[in-house]
Amino acid sequence: MSVSLSSTRPARRWRIGYRISPVGAICFVVILAWALVAIFAPLIAPHPVGEIVDFDFFQSVSAQYPMGTDYLGRDVLSRILFGARYTVGISLAAVTIACVSGVTLGMTAAVIGGVFDSALSRFLDALTSIPSKILALVLVAAVGSSISVLTLTLAVIYIPGSYRFARALAVNVNAMDYVTVARVRGERLGHIIRAEILPGIVGPVLADLGLRFVFIVLLLSSLSFLGLGVQPPNADWGALVKENIGGLSLAAPAVIFPLIAIASLTISVNLLIDNLPQKIRDRSEDA
Amino acid sequence: MNSLILRMVAGRVVVALVTLLIVAVVIFFATALLPGDVVQILLGQAATPAAVKGLRAAMHLDQPAALRFLLWLKDLATGDLGVSYVNNIPVADLIGSRLGNSLKLAGVTAVISVPVALTLGITAAILRGTLVDRTIAVFTIAVISVPEFMVATLSVIVFAVYLGWLPALSMTGDVTTFAGLIKAYAMPVVTLSFVISAQMIRMSRAAVIETLSAPYVEMALLKGASRRRMVLHHALPNALGPIANAVALSLSYLLGGVIIVETIFNYPGIAKLMLDAVSTRDLPLIQSCAMIFCLAYLVLITIADIVTIVSNPRLRHS
Repeated sequence: MSVSLSSTRPARRWRIGYRISPVGAICFVVILAWALVAIFAPLIAPHPVGEIVDFDFFQSVSAQYPMGTDYLGRDVLSRILFGARYTVGISLAAVTIACVSGVTLGMTAAVIGGVFDSALSRFLDALTSIPSKILALVLVAAVGSSISVLTLTLAVIYIPGSYRFARALAVNVNAMDYVTVARVRGERLGHIIRAEILPGIVGPVLADLGLRFVFIVLLLSSLSFLGLGVQPPNADWGALVKENIGGLSLAAPAVIFPLIAIASLTISVNLLIDNLPQKIRDRSEDA
Repeated sequence: MNSLILRMVAGRVVVALVTLLIVAVVIFFATALLPGDVVQILLGQAATPAAVKGLRAAMHLDQPAALRFLLWLKDLATGDLGVSYVNNIPVADLIGSRLGNSLKLAGVTAVISVPVALTLGITAAILRGTLVDRTIAVFTIAVISVPEFMVATLSVIVFAVYLGWLPALSMTGDVTTFAGLIKAYAMPVVTLSFVISAQMIRMSRAAVIETLSAPYVEMALLKGASRRRMVLHHALPNALGPIANAVALSLSYLLGGVIIVETIFNYPGIAKLMLDAVSTRDLPLIQSCAMIFCLAYLVLITIADIVTIVSNPRLRHS
């Protein structure tokens, strides 16, 4: 969970010294709040996550249960607070794995070039022609959906996109004189990638990481909604919608509040990135 | 059409075919090399070793994976999709009717959402920076940022629960009358339309605005043309290529949306079929459905690329 803090820290650093847009600031607060909720869920949740607090199911909003009760009479607020751990935690882990591998491969391909570059690019481009949900369904059918496997599956699905983005940026930096100088100096591949290429692309890559985080949250929620993601008794926000979908015809708060939680997170990340200073998001729109 | 364009189009088609082959490899090996013995699962606990061995040989499972892949590819190319593990019905029969249903859903959605989305996208470009443009932008960002099932559940809550206009489930009511048919289709179509319109509005708006920065549009402005005339007579004809590209790309979002929509509205289409296959681990059915989805996706993005090539005026006279 400590990862969630480090991902929000760069965003704060960028803000200082730049103009602070109010929309961006609000979005940043929302994201920070969800990160804190994910870490401290056991301390702030009013009820244990699996406890049946009332035998009246699909109860509406009340002072005692601010978000009503679910289909078994459990407190929806507590379940959403704990769900944040799965939604934010799994997505963050997956996006970290996807971007670290994708960006490393992309920079390597750009620096090495030649057959390695074209073979890898063709292969990973082919992977992007599998719609992400279909690939997710195939992989889940193949390897199941325990939490660690699910994280890896999501990461694998988004490696090609991250690779393509980082490679396109790295190819430009690779043509710079200082990279040529480093190469002539006889620096090794690892040094060129880490010390010459990476600093030149880190801003757009971090913005891209944010966008990809949103894609992963959406895909994870959709998978859980289809019953193929996080499995009961655990539940992320998508699974919360699925297990309470029976209350849809009553417009039960147990269906609506998890949806609001997902939307608040994804919209905030999108808007935060839209409101980042131009210098950082440079090319983030070509993803 | 000249030879250069033909060559580029042919090149794009070849790339698509190579991609399809790679996709087939990925799908086959992702599904065929899983842990767990399919034969053991099929025959259950009480199977004799002889029966297991016999069935394994009959299913070519004793052959190396690469050989099985080639066999599978050959069957696929000749239209033999294999037999479902779960109920022993040929996969082609299972898919046949379901595919028609899904295509109907996609077709109706496209017919409704393309004109609406293009109108909104172009309007937003004409009225750039105004309240209308901002409203459309907020709407599209909101729809793009949330999962499809949120759009679906919210439309059920609005149209079925509060307004009471439509049934919450598809294909449950009376579909013999025209009104009944409309009611059955309305909810899935409305949901899907929202999802793909958002993409299409954004992309067509961007395409028109891109051409608006061209020098000939500036010339029209200097001559004193109204913004409306500038967009409709000068920019739009030249933006047709990028717009057609945007339409084809947006339609590819149908594929993801259709999985959610068919599930939530219980619509008997191919995505629902694939999902059921995933929960029963019915591999031949999963492979065939996945290949159909990938083929559809590849066709759409290849069309988008070809439209871009054909509509590029720079290639026309070279």
